[in-house]
Amino acid sequence: MTARPLLPPRGPGRRLPGKAALKLLPPPPSSSKDIAWWAMALFCANEAAFFAYLIMSYFYLGLRSPDWPPPGIEKPELKLPLIMTATLVLSSVAVWWGEHGIKRGRRGQLAAGLAAGIALGLTFLALQYREYHEKLRHFLPQTHSYPSIFYTTTGFHGAHVAFGLLMLGFVFIRALLGHFDGEEHTAVGTTSLYWHFVDCVWIAIVLSIYVSPRFY
Amino acid sequence: MTTAVERVAEAPDHERLKALWETPHTWLAWLATVDHKKLGTRYIVTAFVFFVLGGLEAALMRMQLARPGQHLLSPEAYNQIFTMHGTTMMFLFIQPVLSGFSFYLTPLMIGSRELAFPRLNSFSYYAFLLAGIFLYASFFTGQAPNGGWFNYTPLTDRTFDPGLNIDFYAIGLLFLGTSTTAGAINSIVTILKLRAPGMSIDRMPLFLWSSLTMSVSVVFAMPALNVALVLLELQRRWGFHFFDAALGGTPLLWQHLFWVFGHPWVYIVFLPATGMLSMVIPTFSRRPMVGHNFVALATVLTGLVGFGVWVHHMFATGLPQLSMSFFSGASMTVSIPSAIQIFAWIGTMWYGRVVFRTPMLFAIAFVFQFVIGGISGVMTAAVPFDFQAHDTYFVVAHLHYVLVGGSAFAVFAALYYWYPKITGRMLGETLGRTSFWVMFVGFNVAFFPMHVSGLLGMPRRVYTYLPGLGLETANMLSTIGAVIFVIGIALTLWNVIASRYDGVPAGDDPWGAGTLEWATSSPPEDYNFGHIPIISSREPLWDGGITPGPAYDEGRLTPRTSPLDAELERVIEMPEDNLWTLVLAVALLVCSAGLLVRWDALAVAGFVASLLSMARWAWPSKGHKVLETEA
Repeated sequence: MTARPLLPPRGPGRRLPGKAALKLLPPPPSSSKDIAWWAMALFCANEAAFFAYLIMSYFYLGLRSPDWPPPGIEKPELKLPLIMTATLVLSSVAVWWGEHGIKRGRRGQLAAGLAAGIALGLTFLALQYREYHEKLRHFLPQTHSYPSIFYTTTGFHGAHVAFGLLMLGFVFIRALLGHFDGEEHTAVGTTSLYWHFVDCVWIAIVLSIYVSPRFY
Repeated sequence: MTTAVERVAEAPDHERLKALWETPHTWLAWLATVDHKKLGTRYIVTAFVFFVLGGLEAALMRMQLARPGQHLLSPEAYNQIFTMHGTTMMFLFIQPVLSGFSFYLTPLMIGSRELAFPRLNSFSYYAFLLAGIFLYASFFTGQAPNGGWFNYTPLTDRTFDPGLNIDFYAIGLLFLGTSTTAGAINSIVTILKLRAPGMSIDRMPLFLWSSLTMSVSVVFAMPALNVALVLLELQRRWGFHFFDAALGGTPLLWQHLFWVFGHPWVYIVFLPATGMLSMVIPTFSRRPMVGHNFVALATVLTGLVGFGVWVHHMFATGLPQLSMSFFSGASMTVSIPSAIQIFAWIGTMWYGRVVFRTPMLFAIAFVFQFVIGGISGVMTAAVPFDFQAHDTYFVVAHLHYVLVGGSAFAVFAALYYWYPKITGRMLGETLGRTSFWVMFVGFNVAFFPMHVSGLLGMPRRVYTYLPGLGLETANMLSTIGAVIFVIGIALTLWNVIASRYDGVPAGDDPWGAGTLEWATSSPPEDYNFGHIPIISSREPLWDGGITPGPAYDEGRLTPRTSPLDAELERVIEMPEDNLWTLVLAVALLVCSAGLLVRWDALAVAGFVASLLSMARWAWPSKGHKVLETEA
């Protein structure tokens, strides 16, 4: 009579024990999402609402002002924001490519995709720093409600990019330690969902703050 | 022979499941527990502590207003007291107590062993507790929030309110918002993904429909308050311009953002109460709910319409006529889904055989008082009438009939109804009935005269009134009613404490109710269900729509099912107790305190600590309960 553990001990790189219990059951439908994915989707919805209210505040303040942006402040340039958009979109593609790889068990592809995504995300932040550096010489957030809401909205987005980069870095370290394989990669899926979301928010910001002033 | 219900409750191997799910009896384990029953109970108890504090503030105001020209409270103290009364009741009592019942009951009602994210639940609780303490710490500095719970600018700009008062409010509520949002996401995923196999969405109890609607509303409404508070702090602390007309801002932006949040919030703190009623009334009418589907739809509809009526709080701000007409009409449509619910409750009683026990008395009083609050609501939704009633005691009467006569009475119904499940003992029935009648009389004597004082022109939020305006009788009546009401509440609180020790043992299903939470023992075992039930009806305990499924005792396991049909997808492992959630909540408290006292290094330290504790929390744990078994 020997005692045997019912579940393998949990540790990095091994299958998580929930999977062992799965053998008790018929195989799950392949498309069903993990509960962590649902939570991240709802968190993104919550954050999307946050940015929606910021953008609504931008337009509300604009509608109540005779000139928007006010006299003395030029309409924002489009060139730099479009380059920034390109870096974020490419970074989303890179992360997607990495996630696509780990679904097929390719750890190298995951690590490469995450690394490229992080590098492009850092480029975005560097470009935003440059944009702020330029703009702050012309107007401060305390100058008028326009720069106040401009810096607040873009600044909060930049903070979300930074937070997304921390998450990507976290997953990157776990990927290097071999935590993920073809079956267990929940954290990769949730992080990439958040990263795509941050990307979408940027596009909404570009359209409302950078592009829309060209039409009035 | 045992029944199917008994077999669902009984574990094939009690010791084994208990070892997997129980919280050890140590102080550290007490802090680290993720058990939804323990945390739910703590939520309810903590919320009631804040209820007592908010009630004391209300009592102080009634003492001040009993007669004209009194000086019990200075005008400045009165401002702080009425602000903290509103803030406490809205944010620290009614929403958390409803969430607490939801966190306790949801897994039991859906046949699960836990909430979807037990550690997130632990974080929600600690963040709620610490944010409440943060807000109340303001009293020790003598600078409690003093801008009303709606906190209108420009009154709350630094120019007019230079102290820490408003910073306590803004930072405290941002901190509290993390708890509310986390709890809402947890509830939604639990309700959609952890229902027992077979409990398709149309078999789900109505309480869960209301808690689902409430949680979705929180996800989309809370950010509006967060944006408002962030902009306010940026303006107060760093001189940004959003709400001051001098440099392109507008005070109306605050009002829009606040009420875009605030009106959904009214339904957030009201809908779960209607859900509680839809559980209590069928049980004591001894029949299933009349119009179950319509009530579920009406609940969701109320939540949706709640996002389109915020301007009715702003009729007096001089908005365009067209806009006011639209929002007036939208506000009146709320009476349609509300009427569906009311007629469904009445229909259930009409076609049933009503048993008058304490929970049912509170439920019937809810219906009565909510109808009065609803009628005064339709009155104030009419723009011309609102011009007269705005900012008077008429509105105070209206909102208290809905939130106290409605929500709070439902909470008391829920307390009497589910207390036996939570503690294993019944609340005293005689004391309960006495308490109910005293509360019922006290509430109506306190709040009905406010309709009159409001119509006579008595303004809200003013610390006193002049003699000879005809307001003396109504105010004296209100104060007498408030005293009676407090006595009634005290009787129930005494009942809760005393019955804990000498209440009649309840048994599993003391009310003969039909829903799944009554299949567990009272109080439920650490693992809730010995066998995961398979459900095939709405009231499985009444019509036998329950079959014991597998025990899943190989680990901390619970099934995950599809969102609509509740088909089994897989069995998932639930996390174990941990302390990082508490560390995160404390780190956020440190960050909030740093922001409050404008010590940036402290705020940054708290922020970095919270990032690190989140990372530690998300890192896969090495330790794991491995069960030995005989080969």
